[in-house]
Amino acid sequence: MARLNINGKIHNIDVEPDTPLLWAIREQIGLTGTKYGCGVAACGACTVHVDGVPTRSCSLPVSSFTEKQKIVTIEGLSKTVTHPIQQAWLELDVPQCGYCQSGQIMAAAALLVKHPEPTDAQINEEMSNICRCGTYNRIRAGVKLAAKNAKAKKSNTKAQRA
Amino acid sequence: MTIAQKLSRRGFLAGAAAATGGLSIGFHIPTAEAAVGDTPEINAWVVVKPNNTVVVRVARVEMGQGTLTGLAQLVAEELDADWSKVTTEYPTPGQNVARKRIWGDFQTAGSRGIRGSEDYVRKGGAAARIMLMQAAANQLKVPVAELTTSKSVITHKASGRSLRYGQVALAAAKLEAPKDVKIKDPKDWTIAGKPLPRLDTKMKLDGSQIYSIDYKMPGMLNAAIKETPVPGGKVKSFDAAKAEKMRGVKKVLVIDGNAVVVVADTWYRAKTALDAVNIIWDEGANASVSTASIKAMLTEGLDAKQAFVGNKKGDVETAIAGATKKVEAVYRFPYQHHMTMEPMNATAQWTPEKCMVWTSTQNAEAALATVVPASGLPIEKCDVIRMNLGGGFGRRSSSHDYVRQAVLVAKEMPGTPVKLIWSREQDVTHGTYHPTTMCKLTGALDDKGNVVGLHMRISGQSILAGLRPEALVEGRDPGTFQGLNAQGPEGQFGYDIPNLLVDHAMRNPPFRPGFWRGVNNNQNAIYLECFIDEMAHAAGQDPLEFRRKMMKNYPKHLAVLNTVAEKAGWGKPTAPGVFRGISQHMGYGSYVAAVAEVSVSDKGALKIHRIVAATDCGHVVNPQQVAAQIEGSFAYGLSALLYGEMTVKNGRMEQENFDTYEVMKMAEMPPVESYPVPSGGFWGGVGEPTIFVAAPAVLNAIFAATGKRLRDVPLKNLDLRKA
Repeated sequence: MARLNINGKIHNIDVEPDTPLLWAIREQIGLTGTKYGCGVAACGACTVHVDGVPTRSCSLPVSSFTEKQKIVTIEGLSKTVTHPIQQAWLELDVPQCGYCQSGQIMAAAALLVKHPEPTDAQINEEMSNICRCGTYNRIRAGVKLAAKNAKAKKSNTKAQRA
Repeated sequence: MTIAQKLSRRGFLAGAAAATGGLSIGFHIPTAEAAVGDTPEINAWVVVKPNNTVVVRVARVEMGQGTLTGLAQLVAEELDADWSKVTTEYPTPGQNVARKRIWGDFQTAGSRGIRGSEDYVRKGGAAARIMLMQAAANQLKVPVAELTTSKSVITHKASGRSLRYGQVALAAAKLEAPKDVKIKDPKDWTIAGKPLPRLDTKMKLDGSQIYSIDYKMPGMLNAAIKETPVPGGKVKSFDAAKAEKMRGVKKVLVIDGNAVVVVADTWYRAKTALDAVNIIWDEGANASVSTASIKAMLTEGLDAKQAFVGNKKGDVETAIAGATKKVEAVYRFPYQHHMTMEPMNATAQWTPEKCMVWTSTQNAEAALATVVPASGLPIEKCDVIRMNLGGGFGRRSSSHDYVRQAVLVAKEMPGTPVKLIWSREQDVTHGTYHPTTMCKLTGALDDKGNVVGLHMRISGQSILAGLRPEALVEGRDPGTFQGLNAQGPEGQFGYDIPNLLVDHAMRNPPFRPGFWRGVNNNQNAIYLECFIDEMAHAAGQDPLEFRRKMMKNYPKHLAVLNTVAEKAGWGKPTAPGVFRGISQHMGYGSYVAAVAEVSVSDKGALKIHRIVAATDCGHVVNPQQVAAQIEGSFAYGLSALLYGEMTVKNGRMEQENFDTYEVMKMAEMPPVESYPVPSGGFWGGVGEPTIFVAAPAVLNAIFAATGKRLRDVPLKNLDLRKA
């Protein structure tokens, strides 16, 4: 048994404790946006947020989580595709086949929190997810566009308050 | 032009159009092309629903390459449709069979998604527009010539009246399809040719797009599989006592004599139980094959007497014998794996009455052809529903082994849907690999440094011999010579060399080959373009000028070469420590060229600073998607150059996952400046071609930087430090 807080909801899951979080999310909770790519934390397709930290869910058993840890999957990132990363991805048509993009988006969203105005070196460091279609350059542009849009929004909000 | 009108009213009414009372128009316009072992035909349907939605039915699949959006643009263009209300839909191969193959060939490979479909799709759109206009003319009681169309609205200017397409769709459906259809000149395009956003992006941003691996059915079970690690091996025995007791396990079985399968309630339980099955393999005849033994086999072919001739001109032997300077080199290209992000998988449900499969495939007809014998049912009782693909790159057109296996398992559990998912390890060790070849090149230069003779002896694996031996031409695999052919619209050799011989000693190791994005162009371009560079240096000439001298009769090849030279500033200074390399090639009907700028550190670390790439694909349907394909092909091609290699030991593939089979990541991806330079008048492919020039441009730049000629792939195995 495991109790997991996923996208703001507590789930009681009847699985073996060594079941990876990925398979609990996909097969027990039924959220399939988080993808299986390698099972060995090498490709990043399974990336979710655990208390805001990008985490490769294929290689961590459910037994290592408590219900106090807030797990967010791609389905919980925003209600209507409104996260700045999702918006930038839409604007630049980043995805090709799209299979890796849930993981890329989750990694990018966490990157923006850590580095609101990321440099190329920081993007290289944090974005280690694999894409076989080769969308890397658009992902880089998307991260920068999202950062720019988020900054503009912030300064607008400040200006309105002032 | 004439449109074959074998239209069946019953056929029309069977589809979605019947349900909504709209118009659907079908054509069968076969287009024959010189191809590698196949001649694709395309068919499609245009549906206009009463709410003005235009549904484009296409035989090709979307696997990231943007084909659906491009095809929809072409239809919408001719139809004068409201782009905001255009959607797409896949027919199934079973429907295709039932309607006497009205949609033709379903294959999505060879960069043919657009170029193999444009003719049908444009005529289909144009014909639909004529019928809608005629219906409007009848209703408004005015001559059709007085009507104009725009954004799915038909207007009669004189009386100020207008009708939406959806309002006349039902009436239009009752009209005869026109015999002659005029399509627009691409220079008049307003929807096609524009960088419109893709139709399928949003669902890829929130996890809502359902791929084959995500498919769910009530009562569905999951299966995991372990297949013989040695090709040709069998299951000798297995002990499933422990696995059968594990939670959720429903069945342990052997299929095809060479694989053990565990079926369980969830896939993770199936996989875990499978790991607990003790399997003893009968390894068969190939257990001693190794990378070294394969290399020895190929090396022998480099000088073998018998070889299939691909391109021959003049007398190369005499030219080489009389050369002022002889240049010789041997290159090698290893096995590579596709590494689609979504591992192979399929869901099957079998009853004595029906076998259904839900899967991601690049060729649903081939998938159906696999289902039929596996199910033991007639084709009328089988069908394949196409799911979204998490990457294809040729793997999902080379073999539908995963589909066969899913059906065999489902057949053991009648009525129960079973989803078979290959673990990444099963996937990597049971690929249809990029074939391995070697090439010995011998060049003859005269006293002025002109190339007077060239012999390219390719030795290695034939894809057709492995996958479709019936397609070999008197034993010869024409695909081996991709990009090296004397003529033809697919891939023409772009240099005038008076004495030329390109031949192939076929040597087939036991590992199954496959079509891999770019296919044989990948290594052929490395062999030729790096060796041209070698000859240029032997002649003491600039590699660009050296090429240009031989390309006067190949203006399109030359034009893209000139484009990248100009855009990259060839001949102008680079940043300190940065060096350039250049290459060109033709394949899948398109002309491509690239310049790479690289530096190599004292420790031998390579950095690719910049790629400048040009493609002439004749017509561009969506410039931003062409740019995306160019960028993507560099990621794929450079990944292959830097890291790609499957090695063999004791008859087994040694790499099993992304941790041992590395691929390129963000940090290494160079900026790619892409220049589509469509010259018009022909339709070339886009998804693959620029991959050809990725590796040779970089290899030539590495030579410029280090004086070292690297003739083996991948670079991770090589010492790049200065010579």
